[in-house]
Amino acid sequence: MPQPLLDLQDVVFRWPGQAAACLDIANFQVAADEHVFIHGESGSGKSTLLNLIAGVLPPRQGRLVALGQALPALSAAARDRFRVDHIGLIFQQFNLIPYLSVLDNVLLPCRFSRRRRERAGDMKQAAATLLNHLGLGEDLWQRRATQLSVGQQQRVAAARALIGQPEIVIADEPTSALDAARQEAFLGLLRQECAAARAALLFVSHDQRLAEGFSRRVDMAEINRAATGGEEGSALDAALPHPRPLSRGERGGKT
Amino acid sequence: MIHLLPIALKSAWNRRYTLGLTLIAIALSVTLLLGIERLRQDARDSFADAVSGTDLVVGARSSPMQLLLYAVFHIGEASNNISWQSALALAAHPAVAWTIPISLGDSHHGFPVLGTTPAYFEHFLYGDKQPLRLAQGKPFSGQISGLFDAVLGAEVAARLGYQLGDRITLAHGMQEHEHEPGHAEHGDKPFTVVGILARTGTPVDRTVHIGLAAMEAIHLDWRGGAPIPGFAIPPEFVKKFDLTPKAVSAVLVGLKTRVAVFAMQRYVADYREEALLAVMPGVALSQLWELLAVAERALLAISALVLLVSFAGLVAVVLAGLGERRRELAILRSVGARPRDLFALLALEGGAVTLTGALLGTLLLTLSTAALGPWLEARYGLVLRLAAPTLNELQLLGWVIAVGTFASLLPGYRAYRLSLADGLTPRV
Repeated sequence: MPQPLLDLQDVVFRWPGQAAACLDIANFQVAADEHVFIHGESGSGKSTLLNLIAGVLPPRQGRLVALGQALPALSAAARDRFRVDHIGLIFQQFNLIPYLSVLDNVLLPCRFSRRRRERAGDMKQAAATLLNHLGLGEDLWQRRATQLSVGQQQRVAAARALIGQPEIVIADEPTSALDAARQEAFLGLLRQECAAARAALLFVSHDQRLAEGFSRRVDMAEINRAATGGEEGSALDAALPHPRPLSRGERGGKT
Repeated sequence: MIHLLPIALKSAWNRRYTLGLTLIAIALSVTLLLGIERLRQDARDSFADAVSGTDLVVGARSSPMQLLLYAVFHIGEASNNISWQSALALAAHPAVAWTIPISLGDSHHGFPVLGTTPAYFEHFLYGDKQPLRLAQGKPFSGQISGLFDAVLGAEVAARLGYQLGDRITLAHGMQEHEHEPGHAEHGDKPFTVVGILARTGTPVDRTVHIGLAAMEAIHLDWRGGAPIPGFAIPPEFVKKFDLTPKAVSAVLVGLKTRVAVFAMQRYVADYREEALLAVMPGVALSQLWELLAVAERALLAISALVLLVSFAGLVAVVLAGLGERRRELAILRSVGARPRDLFALLALEGGAVTLTGALLGTLLLTLSTAALGPWLEARYGLVLRLAAPTLNELQLLGWVIAVGTFASLLPGYRAYRLSLADGLTPRV
């Protein structure tokens, strides 16, 4: 078997100041070109997993290798660089910077990453191709991002994640703000473009119905040993989408 | 960092109204700060400019400050006059080049009346050793034919709208208003305006100048500050009287060489016939200014406070906006901006706003000086110069920009912390 694109072994993460780990993964690999559907309810640790893979959070322990690079060995700045060079991100909503045009939003990664810029070739041309493929006509490109519908905005976000051909595209519940018909269409386009760019796709959702068409389906509850422990408190804490969830005072006096 | 610039600009443009208000607040405080600094400097300059080229001011023995205030600024009262004999003795002293005897006490619509000799127009210097210049007409002659001639300071003429040839009557004492009780006029002996001096920016502008003999003449029929009842000498008869003054308020003395100034001062102090005092105007002026330095510092403190408040405003606006920019910062981070990029983004913006505010404030001050300067000078006698910023002002500007940029580091640091804490998914 060739070296996997992503290789996680015995990766443990817990928030500073907390005893229980919120993520504990024994083994998780993703091969290049693979489209993985990661299913998980709120609090299953999926956001934490994505933050780890994206290099935003460093794991407490374990082996986390992406593209042959051990992420924990990198400094925070180097992880930032790694992320922009190799990973495209799509979030549930609020993906776009409101005061920039559609085109400028798509070109953002090229501004920050020389690698993405070089791989895109003619940046404007690359953006135009992606936008066209995703069904966004030229009349929309100079509009401000906020003037688009939510569905259109998600497609702009997809174009931005794909520009400059990153090896990994991570989509975190990108369709939950869309209605069923548009979910299907968006997913189809996203998979098609990832395949065209030969990027691995990590698609995270709580909605199992969307899993169809992916090459593999993974359940957070199965790979995350910390979540299966079923301890109410840690599961809830892990559900908080940001690293500094609450100040101590807010946490109901718990020390 | 350069790749951030277009984003920074577009982001700032997106928040242009809030930023605009902050900018205006900073510009106004800079205008105020520099304006006060300039006024302060100009006040000090015009203060020091009030008299120059005069080596000694001689008056009856009192405090040096009082003598200076009275003789140069025409403020307060002379404690005592000095006799005409003493004035003559001073003029005759071998070290003395010239003397200007001055006599004060009367007024015209609140402006002091100064009785003096034609030597005043010849020897009195102000500012950078500039002589008095007549804008119109001529000085009074000091001759008996032009006895009731008056020469007006620029501001007197401008405020009261006097032209050459106008007739004016003087009031006894220093009443500010004509309607005050006890007001007495020298109405029977009107003066003719024969000359109007060019503006000097010194107390000369606010002074009505007449001859010493005329001063004597209008008081011929007066005793103890009031007309003698039932006794009036019409102007056509005063020439029959001896109009040599009996006393003067003070004498301005110019020496042949400055070296003699201490010897001359001692000569005056030891003068036998009466108790006299000689002060060097420069020394007394700086003492006087020291006295006013408290007010000066208070002004500076006020403008510093104003500036501080507007910086607090800048920080508050940026910090308040940070909540709503949190999403924007997280997005930038997800596409590759590092936390320190975001820190730089905010610090850059703060610095730019401060810099622009400082420049705008300087521009505003220049424009308002040009627009309001003449009015300020006419209305309040405040002379604002329209000049390139002095070193002092540049230094102040430098501080403003430094403090403003520093103040914007705080929101920058907060953005840095937030971007670390939020990761890729901010809680909004």
